Amino acid sequence: MDRFVFLTIDGLSRGAVYAAFALALVLIWRAARVVNFAQGAMAVAAAYVAYSVSASTGSYWLGFLVAILAGLVLGALVDRAVMRFVDHASPLNPVIVALGLVLLIQAVLGMVYGSEFRPADAPFSRSALTVGGVAVLSPYDLFVFAAIGAVVVGLAWLFARTAVGLRMRAAAFAPEISRLLGVNVGGMLTLGWALASGVGALAAMLVIPTELGLHPHAMDLVFVSAFTAAVVGGLDSPPGAVVGGLVVGLLLSYVSGYAGSDLTPLAVLVLLLAVLLVRPGGLFAPVTARRV
Amino acid sequence: MSATQAALPPQRNLAGAGTGGGDRPVDRRRGSTLLRHLAFALAAALLLLGVSYAVEPFRNFQLATVAAYLCATAGLTVLTGLNGQLSLGHGALMATGAYTVALCQNAFADRGMTGGWLLPLSLGAAVLSTVAVGAVVGVAAARLRGPYLAGVTLAVAVVVPALAVTFDGVFNGEQGLSVPVEPPPMSLGPYFPYERWQLWLAGAATLLALLLLANLIRSRYGRTFRAVRDDEVAARLAGIHVARTQVLAFVVSAATAGLGGALLAVLAQSVSPGAFSLTLSLFLLMAVVIGGLGRLAGALWGAVLLVALPDLTHSATELLTLSPAVAQRLEGNLPLAIFGVTLIVVMIAAPGGVQGLLSRLGRALLARWSARRS
Repeated sequence: MDRFVFLTIDGLSRGAVYAAFALALVLIWRAARVVNFAQGAMAVAAAYVAYSVSASTGSYWLGFLVAILAGLVLGALVDRAVMRFVDHASPLNPVIVALGLVLLIQAVLGMVYGSEFRPADAPFSRSALTVGGVAVLSPYDLFVFAAIGAVVVGLAWLFARTAVGLRMRAAAFAPEISRLLGVNVGGMLTLGWALASGVGALAAMLVIPTELGLHPHAMDLVFVSAFTAAVVGGLDSPPGAVVGGLVVGLLLSYVSGYAGSDLTPLAVLVLLLAVLLVRPGGLFAPVTARRV
Repeated sequence: MSATQAALPPQRNLAGAGTGGGDRPVDRRRGSTLLRHLAFALAAALLLLGVSYAVEPFRNFQLATVAAYLCATAGLTVLTGLNGQLSLGHGALMATGAYTVALCQNAFADRGMTGGWLLPLSLGAAVLSTVAVGAVVGVAAARLRGPYLAGVTLAVAVVVPALAVTFDGVFNGEQGLSVPVEPPPMSLGPYFPYERWQLWLAGAATLLALLLLANLIRSRYGRTFRAVRDDEVAARLAGIHVARTQVLAFVVSAATAGLGGALLAVLAQSVSPGAFSLTLSLFLLMAVVIGGLGRLAGALWGAVLLVALPDLTHSATELLTLSPAVAQRLEGNLPLAIFGVTLIVVMIAAPGGVQGLLSRLGRALLARWSARRS
């Protein structure tokens, strides 16, 4: 039972990170109809920037802040310098360009920082506090929950309660009409990319200390898990992304706890395939008629 | 939304015949497609034979590697270029073929079996096992569209190397397996260079695969592949079984990927999960995109680039005087960076790839020439 509680908490903590990362995917998908396959690489790039800043200033929190800023800037840059020029007539084109970005970013990181694993510090202790003899939460888990919770609430507030959020939604759903009504559609798209990439950078900062450390490929598997989370929830649904993230986190935690950590990639693949084959639109998508 | 309406801008195939071209009625007058492809293959084989004697052993080995990659890129061209299905998992399919050939060759060696027919048998087994895996993935893929398919195949590309580590009793973990390959037959003489033999093996296997692919592309099946890519609804209305066509395309391209992976394993005489990482899958995709989607000739350009670019950057970094650590970092990553940038630039500026540019250039020259004649 203790073990189950521990694995559940651990799974929720991981799941929160996947949820944030999936949320970033959903943000871009809703704004631009692009699944950003470069998201993992972009987030790792932001994490490396944080590593450099932290190493030179000695302050974790300054690095943390810079990582999120770097994520925002990188997202805007990718939209303005690359994605804007891609022909979106076929859904394959942006995917292929994003993969080109993956190769480029990982290569540049490898050239600048080398491809060995670098230790990444966690700002809080990762050993769990015990409540009544049962190991429950570590301070780091609390920090993860708080950070992701703040992001989720913040995004929900942005989209539901602010004028900018309204414009972003309008630009995503009806670009032509929004343009006629005076919405800067291109700007909203860039803002969407920046926000998504910033959230991705935050997720990377939270997950990398719990993994092997910083490495150009550190987010490859996290990306696959987060993509699965986004698909479980449905790529169009932000609440779905959060729930999907938690589901994937729990699944991975139970699989690695009860069956061995080597099997977690396989579990992700099986879950992804099962969801796509049974409900391709995700569990939260409204049932719509599909042509063909 | 039918997401996979067209793989990429539909390409007018004006390139030479036999390179996955369109269906021109003119061709009927030029006799059998099969005979023409056979003639092409024979000419290519003779050329390869001549080249294998003309160049040094290392170049022979490089050409053999090009041949192995060409197998995989040609299959991916059929899948992505002609059928509009994007696969990021072809590196994993190559790994399947490579591990099968390793297990077969080791099993033969353990039993003390020898003979020239063992290697073709292992290669055949590799193709069969990848066909099985490809069929499984293909059935799933036929139900998925665009980014979803990319996501699943990406997961396959990440998971399969991890499997080799998980079941390390069979696959020997990160270290991988060695692939015992017999020396060239004694009838070729005692001093026959091993690299030339490798080129012959890989070249023969690849030419056979290309011949089959070229014929498939020009057949009824090739036409249904393109019809499904261009418009699924129209294809279905025309009586094409869309899902079956997609599975067939996936299986065919999986078989060639498996053969390519098996050839790579035979050339390197070893196989390990590190050689079949996600990066390899991205490389393959990049190769077919840069070469020119939808044409087998484009697959050749892509395969040549895959082998030549690391070699060129190696030479370039040697020219610069760098500290060994910096040079090592550059050497591994510079080709990746160049590949990445090229992929982005080609997708944005020249979606037809190298082959598209070449055929456009050829047409321009031809137009100028005929204008001058009249």
